[in-house]
Amino acid sequence: MKKTDILMAGVGGQGTILAGNILAQVGLKLGYDVKKSEVHGMAQRGGTVESHVRWGEKVYAPLIEEGHADYLLGFEMLEAARWPIYLQEGSIALLNRYRIPPPSVNLGKAKYPSEKEVESILKAAGGRVIWVDGTGTAEKLGNPAAAGVVLLGVLSKMLGGAEEVWLDVIGSLVPGKFLELNEKAFLAGREFNVA
Amino acid sequence: MKKLMTGNEAIAYGAYLNGVRVGAAYPGTPSTEIMENFAKYPGVYAEWSPNEKVALDVGIGAAYAGTRALVAMKHVGVNVAADSLFYAVYTGLKGGLVLVTSDDPGMHSSQNEQDNRNYAKFAKLPMLEPSDSEEAKQFIGLALQISETFDTPVMLRTVTRLSHSSSPVEISDVTPDPAPADPPLYDRNPLKFVMVPANARHRHRVVEERLQKIAQYAEEAAINRIEPGDDNLGIIAAGSVYQYAREVFPHATFLKLGMVYPLPEKLIREFASRVKTIIVIEELDPFLQEQINLMGIPARGKDIFPITGEFSPALIRQCAASAGIIQAPAASAEAAAAAATAAELPIRPPILCPGCGHRGMFHVFRESGALVLGDIGCYTLGYAPPLSAMHTTGCMGASIGVAHGVAKAKVKDRIIAVIGDSTFFHSGIHPLINILYNQSNITVVIADNSVTAMTGHQQHPGTGITLQQKTTRAINLEQLVRSLGFQKVDICDPYDLSNLAQTLEAHLESSEPSVIIARRPCVLYTKQKSSPPHVDPELCVNCGTCLELGCSPLIQQQDCVSIDPGLCNGCGLCVQVCPAGAISK
Repeated sequence: MKKTDILMAGVGGQGTILAGNILAQVGLKLGYDVKKSEVHGMAQRGGTVESHVRWGEKVYAPLIEEGHADYLLGFEMLEAARWPIYLQEGSIALLNRYRIPPPSVNLGKAKYPSEKEVESILKAAGGRVIWVDGTGTAEKLGNPAAAGVVLLGVLSKMLGGAEEVWLDVIGSLVPGKFLELNEKAFLAGREFNVA
Repeated sequence: MKKLMTGNEAIAYGAYLNGVRVGAAYPGTPSTEIMENFAKYPGVYAEWSPNEKVALDVGIGAAYAGTRALVAMKHVGVNVAADSLFYAVYTGLKGGLVLVTSDDPGMHSSQNEQDNRNYAKFAKLPMLEPSDSEEAKQFIGLALQISETFDTPVMLRTVTRLSHSSSPVEISDVTPDPAPADPPLYDRNPLKFVMVPANARHRHRVVEERLQKIAQYAEEAAINRIEPGDDNLGIIAAGSVYQYAREVFPHATFLKLGMVYPLPEKLIREFASRVKTIIVIEELDPFLQEQINLMGIPARGKDIFPITGEFSPALIRQCAASAGIIQAPAASAEAAAAAATAAELPIRPPILCPGCGHRGMFHVFRESGALVLGDIGCYTLGYAPPLSAMHTTGCMGASIGVAHGVAKAKVKDRIIAVIGDSTFFHSGIHPLINILYNQSNITVVIADNSVTAMTGHQQHPGTGITLQQKTTRAINLEQLVRSLGFQKVDICDPYDLSNLAQTLEAHLESSEPSVIIARRPCVLYTKQKSSPPHVDPELCVNCGTCLELGCSPLIQQQDCVSIDPGLCNGCGLCVQVCPAGAISK
């Protein structure tokens, strides 16, 4: 069984934790040993969130080793740009084209990086950058909060596993009133054309 | 069947499977979810106690009565509970008692990174340390057995990476027996349970003999094991660090310790005679290494790995490579440059949420120019720019006592002590009594958001609801404070800036100790939201006054400020502070 290390980066409240839970559960269903770890800072909302999901024959550490990530899922551009250190030659970075400026940028004391800058940071570390309009797609479906699940849809095509397995897990983890939205968001992601 | 569980979920599950019937805790990252999960199992009693000392006394009482008990807290919580821990080690118990300490190497959400393995040695009791969720489940059962076999409380240590990481756990087909229908018979035995000096002197000898016996047990316990590999390198590790080390040294011979105190000396000597080089890998203090070195075994450890911060596979690899133990991983100059650029990106520090009542309070504090002695909670963030209105934070409940001390030093500053409602119930009442008894002219502000917010909205004695969702008597803060004898007590809504400012001014200028309850329930908990205000770009002079509130929906654009309607909670503070009248509801 192939080792797969997936790093997710976003901002509190963006659904990064849910996406990590879905990925870990799918891995377990596909017969992998799985570990998952996340760090969310002190604030309830608005802080950096980083989640590690690892699939493999036997997984020891719940943390991905720097230079070993196979995928980076960036829920927010600036947060994605923080982690070139985890990438290696051939890593794939799926980036949601979405900005949440941090306080220093709002106060005009720092500059938010451009798409080009984000891309060049991740490329320099060996990553292949793929932009996904996750938030835009989710907004059209009725709720921008489902952006992460759009990204998962795109990733699911790369990771494999039957569509039903993914949908089963989403069904078991997403509360009833948001289920239809998330299923649609996931399927929209699967339709995404990775050039 | 296997299920993914966090370490905390697995601890709760293990406790339930092994017949624990009473649980007590005070919320604290990363331990909080242990009791939250335990409380949901059928037939168990679980509570949020006002603080960790009370929680441990509750667990001890249940265990005295012969019931298995679980008590959980974050590492610094054990400092609060330490007095109780030490007597329980002397008395022993009847039912099994496990105290879970959740340490926080790297201080993801703590004021220090103390290594609570030291408590095992200090208080003289056994400590287990699981390395993943399956072990967490199993070790709880083992800890209860050890507790009852040796008549001692047992500590189980987790770290943030264990508590908050998920891994598969085997789910049992067997449902635990329901609690016995007959009440347990309390066994009265004052010679064992009344720690007057005459009895305690005897019990101390019992404690020392017991530790010897447990050390014997540790020699044979399956949780301490040699994992054979290449004997040129021998690694000794426990807990999460064992998992990291396994990644970095796949071929080494390991001594995997499940019990970190007391240590199995014979087993360690056997390991030492087998391998060529011994390296102890442990986060924080050289707790294992010092004991092993005292055995006369030349194990390396802290000469290679840091004494501060959290470990990771990458950090262990770098340190081992620097020490010449393994080859350094190939590094590309481009990747290093990218990492350097990434390090320069604007940071995203934790901030008070949009709509948070604490924001208005700190705005008023800043304007007052007073010295603000602070405490632990979401409101600790009020120290950071742009609010910059809190000047100390040490530990739970420190604010009022520190403020009293500062006042007695006769500084010129006007003095505010600020403490949250849950923190006040935790350890604010005694220092509040002190400012009345010993009279200092300070203003105590209880920042009342009506829930334990920072750890994820837990109930507390003021909410009127218990951990297991039962309605109960809510302690009324105002009545409590008045009953102590405070004459000057006001309740203010921190959304109303001018009222709060006037009230605060009156308190700061009064000559008696006084209390303001700044009450605004946490909007994330109440889910209260109103429509965002509008900025009139014609009137906005882009002066930045509103931005000094540090509220994330307010964004400085080229010519004026804008409000992100998706993030805004509609609290209206920006409307009140705008000097140009450009923001309106």
